[in-house]
Amino acid sequence: MDYFLSEGQKMIVELCKKIAEEKIKPVRQHYDEIEEFPWPIVEEMAKCDLFRIYIPEEYGGLGGGILDLCLAMEELSKVDGAIALCLAATALGTFPILLFGSEEQKRKYLPDIAAGKRLAAFALTEPQAGSDATAIKTIARKENTTYRLNGTKCFITNAGEAEIYTVIASTSPERGVRGLCVFIVEKGTPGFSFGKKEKKLGIHASSTRELIFQDCFIPKENLLGKEGQGFIIALKTLYVSRPGVAAQAVGIAQGALDEALNYARQRIQFGQAIIHFQAIQHLLADLATQVEAARALVYSTARMIDADPEKKVTKESAMSKLFASEVAMKVTTEAVQIFGGYGYMREYPVEKMMRDAKITQIYEGTNQIQRNEIALALIKESASK
Amino acid sequence: MNIIVCVKQVPATTNVQIDPKTGRIIREGVEAIINPFDEYALEEGIRLKEKFGGKVTAISMGPAQVETALRECIARGADETILLSDTNFAGADTLATAYTLACAIKKLAPYDLIVCGKQAIDGDTAQVGPGVAEKLGIPHVCYVRKIREIKDGSIWVERLMEDGYDILFTSLPALITVVKEINVPRLPSLRGMTKAKKAKINIWNAETISAEKNRIGLTSSPTTVKKVFTPPTRSGGETVAGPPEEQAKILVTKLKELKIL
Repeated sequence: MDYFLSEGQKMIVELCKKIAEEKIKPVRQHYDEIEEFPWPIVEEMAKCDLFRIYIPEEYGGLGGGILDLCLAMEELSKVDGAIALCLAATALGTFPILLFGSEEQKRKYLPDIAAGKRLAAFALTEPQAGSDATAIKTIARKENTTYRLNGTKCFITNAGEAEIYTVIASTSPERGVRGLCVFIVEKGTPGFSFGKKEKKLGIHASSTRELIFQDCFIPKENLLGKEGQGFIIALKTLYVSRPGVAAQAVGIAQGALDEALNYARQRIQFGQAIIHFQAIQHLLADLATQVEAARALVYSTARMIDADPEKKVTKESAMSKLFASEVAMKVTTEAVQIFGGYGYMREYPVEKMMRDAKITQIYEGTNQIQRNEIALALIKESASK
Repeated sequence: MNIIVCVKQVPATTNVQIDPKTGRIIREGVEAIINPFDEYALEEGIRLKEKFGGKVTAISMGPAQVETALRECIARGADETILLSDTNFAGADTLATAYTLACAIKKLAPYDLIVCGKQAIDGDTAQVGPGVAEKLGIPHVCYVRKIREIKDGSIWVERLMEDGYDILFTSLPALITVVKEINVPRLPSLRGMTKAKKAKINIWNAETISAEKNRIGLTSSPTTVKKVFTPPTRSGGETVAGPPEEQAKILVTKLKELKIL
């Protein structure tokens, strides 16, 4: 399919393919096994300007849009969705600053993020507040010129490795979601520490940890937007970040499909390559069609956001994350099936892809939450006719 | 530092096809890349620039399509590029190539260091680098695996040998050829790629570099390729054991047998 990418976008694809093949592929199994953060690769990505893609030029970025970021995510994820995630997770932590930061906040944080000198992370989830963001217990008490932060965030991607965190906390719990705020918290702030490193099903090369705030004083300059705007900031952030996760899912799916196709052409059973069996052919045909459909949906959503950042994209963004992640799970599962017994072995790449794919159905809003968002949008659209 | 890196565009294959009639490389229909050893040279040049400041000029001789190789040099961090392109340059052997490159480099003076890959993966001669240094009348060191220090107009390097390495010192300007042990070349950056797309490639011909007509191109190339083959690898040799006096005696006898003494 020709998506009529610009010269610059083709360049991103070409470079990310090189990074994935030359730098990531040789070490992906290693990082999956040792479960460590791939700093040498992150540094390579930074040198190649990948963290600059979606950041405006005045802050050291390349001024690209969501589609540019999606193209990079997809290409890297074809080889390793876990290593690619440091880029999407940094973008997720950066969007609140990009969308709601003051000029001063942007000048302070964006150039380092663009240069890849400092990674970012977004902290919304808590042990008791997953899909239900209204149950957030992290409290920010205003004391003179500071906010005193107390509480625990969990399952935070890039935690421990990132230096800039956008953290959702409540200044007035009695006001529910209207009491939520977003703070920029820097690693090293007294009272801010990291909890246990999670052991996960997949995305082993990505760091997932708790953030612990114990009387952590944040200067009031680090409040993003206004008090009480936290929920809106979180939602708008997720609307623009979800296509990135969707692109990661498309990449994982395409990677698994490519592996399965190659394998099917080489694997001889009953005296012929298994690709000659129609059972395999039709399966591959269905998978390829679904991957292409997911890609088309993700690119269209990303283009919609890039064309008009003010436009409401709740529904499209949820659809692309929902559809692409379901496709990723389906394709990777079938890829393991095509590989048969070999597919189940860690020596072959597809079982990891299947483990990595699962998270795309869960994070940045479970697919059940995506369906809620889509349904709500449908109802609103219908009611307003 | 003013650094010059010589690069060659080569076919993207280790299985180079040779025209049996002319003994020359068949380049048609094969994807072209920067000679891998020259990537190490470029990387080393860029690292020196990052350390000491200055600029890196990438220079290559070849047909118009070599422009893509030079643009890639810019994407990886080269500041300027020069393409020596002239129908009169075509078919040059290592002697004529070294002369042509040297003529161009003279125009780029003053320079501090010229960096080349140890050899090209197509011709495998390893002659052009040292040849350029000779034509320019500057010192050269081949097979450099590490630059130890550059200070006060001189350079300390480690030269890779079969059985270890030499530490050598020479004054600048000088020419070095580098081996793959010297670094891990970086990938291009997005900003570099954007710059490369817009960059102007300077094209110089025989007249620009004031090259003498009878020293360039095929007609001024004394080398003809008779046969292309992989030389046999060196065998292990013979170790003489025993007390030193006896070893000396055995050695002398052997050398006499070989009519070396």
